[in-house]
Amino acid sequence: MRIRRRDFLKGVVSGTALTVLGRPELAAAAHRGRRDTPGALGILYDATLCIGCQSCVVACKKANDMPPEHSGSEGIWDNPRNLSASTMNIIKKYQHGDGRQKDDSNGYSFVKRQCMHCLEPSCVSACPVSALTKDEETGLVRYNKDNCIGCRYCQVACPFNIPKFEWDSPTPEIVKCQLCSHLLEKGGISACCSFCPTGASLFGPVSELLREANRRLHMEPGESYEFPVADISGRTPSQVQVHKAGTYVSHIYGEHEVGGTQVLYMAGVPFEKLGFPELPDESYAMISDGIQYAIYKGMIYPVAVLGGLLYMVSKRSGGDKGEK
Amino acid sequence: MNEAKPIGGKIWTMPFLFLTAIVILAVFFLAERFLFGLGSVTNMNDSYPWGIWIAYDVVIGTAFACGGYSMALLVYVFNKGEYHPLVRPALLASLFGYTLAGVSVIFDIGRYWQAYNIMIPSKMNFHSVLLEVALCIGTYVLVLWVEFAPAVLEKVRAERQLAKLNKVIFVFIALGVLLPSMHQSSLGTMMLAAGHKLSPLWWSKSLPMLFLISAMTIGYAVVVFESTVAALAFKRPLETGMLSKLSGLIPWLLGGYLLVRLQDINGAGLLPLAFSGGLQGNMFLLENLLLLGALLLLIYPINRSSPRMLFIAALLIMAGGGLYRLNVYLIGYDPGTGFHYFPSAPELLVTFALIAVEIMGYTWFVKRFPVLPAVKHA
Ligand code: SF4
Ligand code: SF4
Repeated sequence: MRIRRRDFLKGVVSGTALTVLGRPELAAAAHRGRRDTPGALGILYDATLCIGCQSCVVACKKANDMPPEHSGSEGIWDNPRNLSASTMNIIKKYQHGDGRQKDDSNGYSFVKRQCMHCLEPSCVSACPVSALTKDEETGLVRYNKDNCIGCRYCQVACPFNIPKFEWDSPTPEIVKCQLCSHLLEKGGISACCSFCPTGASLFGPVSELLREANRRLHMEPGESYEFPVADISGRTPSQVQVHKAGTYVSHIYGEHEVGGTQVLYMAGVPFEKLGFPELPDESYAMISDGIQYAIYKGMIYPVAVLGGLLYMVSKRSGGDKGEK
Repeated sequence: MNEAKPIGGKIWTMPFLFLTAIVILAVFFLAERFLFGLGSVTNMNDSYPWGIWIAYDVVIGTAFACGGYSMALLVYVFNKGEYHPLVRPALLASLFGYTLAGVSVIFDIGRYWQAYNIMIPSKMNFHSVLLEVALCIGTYVLVLWVEFAPAVLEKVRAERQLAKLNKVIFVFIALGVLLPSMHQSSLGTMMLAAGHKLSPLWWSKSLPMLFLISAMTIGYAVVVFESTVAALAFKRPLETGMLSKLSGLIPWLLGGYLLVRLQDINGAGLLPLAFSGGLQGNMFLLENLLLLGALLLLIYPINRSSPRMLFIAALLIMAGGGLYRLNVYLIGYDPGTGFHYFPSAPELLVTFALIAVEIMGYTWFVKRFPVLPAVKHA
């Protein structure tokens, strides 16, 4: 009897260890993306070029089959106030002081909000069923409703509050910008960038967008320069416009925040004023991943503990029926 | 010696009928939720994607259901066989707490019909803390039912099955210690991902450890609570002797917990924030004062031998430990969008209904199955 129990015990422990250790996914590093790969795509949004025309908002809705939203009393215009389950891209306006001077802290500025396509996306790391994934080639963060269980952990985890949930549907989905992945597959670019009349939203490979952003930071404010419009990926014919360079705050938002993002921002107004949180360079997802990984790496600790427990309990519950 | 016996008595008492009424009401609201979506009955929103169905039903509810875990740890790991009579009633309470936490998740998740995706290896994301929590809690619910099965088998006199089960039950007991250690700490790890949205009064790398210690502590408090309430409700003698010995452990756990907490807060220079007078600061103070109160009570052996003081201390721990979890999941969480959350009446009612089912289930079982230790005379 005793021997058999011990054999059984051994079997359980080594069996569990084998099945778990056999999983290569467990040993794989976290979903860390890289922006220096040529395939990594993104957007550079330059608030100083944005005229607040909302073309991108309309274009986004059209390209993604989203219903209009009404927030005014008329109920005619599509004028969403915030990102929601029917708005994945929005232009907001920041206003302060007399609100007259554009791109001044004491004036006003526009700002585009959408998914940042993080290099180390918390949402992807959080999702229990891989409904959110980071595309290996483009680095874009995509959603698959057939996997999603609707737990909303992605909403809790996203540092930018981007994923939205269809609260009023019996079969709800998560909604967020996927950077028009369906258009990219056909060789196109994201709708918001192709319809932006000024080049404020610029599509392209992330490394080149970053180079372009740095070029702009070195411009002399008020001098005229050529600015690329819509796309610098070469997917669509290249266009340029001449604009006077704005006065930028010397910070490219998304260059380092939470490990970096593929959607990058430049503005004339400090980013906190535009609703961007001040964030550490390390992604929070990496921190929890790290702790989790240290404890559960290869399931060695849990299995070892289970082994110990089995031993102790089998010794102690043995007396349950008879002696005690 | 440790004979457990059904205590008998009527099932359909007035309180039982009242609880049934709550459950029936909740069923209507749940029907609405499934027909029209979560937004139709709850106040959850895109800023507060988790409401009390997660914060109370799962996060606090499973902590309150840690009695079985804490007792198993004591009896089987620390070899304190004398507490054996407390194990089965604790297991029963855990069984209901955990099972209903599992059920409430089905109410809460949007795409519940795809819930089985968490069991499909190709879909599992091994980096997700939530995956680990979900699988762990799911397995533990099964383990709890197996651990409790002897009570049912004894009742129906299935001697042979009972003998068979008793040979392998040690595996389930061991899992019953391992699994809660894993998911209770992971419930803390889970909110690390919230990052800057969780106030620094709670966001700390110690979250997993604090959740684990608090789960154990709450577990012992719940055993005291439940044993006292059962004694009063079913007019049985109090188990004060055993409980007071048991609660000698609690000051150690609480002391350790509070030290880590203070060290975290003080080390990060957050004491001014705690005393800043805002809701979060006040909740932080309240949470820790409740626990400190329990610690101060239980340090003195004389209090530990008073059933009244023991009961008060247990309540303080459940309140303080529960508030800690509520703070981590809701009150300390602010995504900075200007939105707020307070549960809607139907949301609260569903939570009450789950508690009602727990009480009803517990009562029914102890009346009909051998759970509570037999009373010697009387
Ligand atoms: S911004 Fe949010 S939703 Fe978008 S990739 Fe980053 S974490 Fe995910
Ligand atoms: S709601 Fe869906 S996409 Fe978001 S974490 Fe849960 S399963 Fe993943």
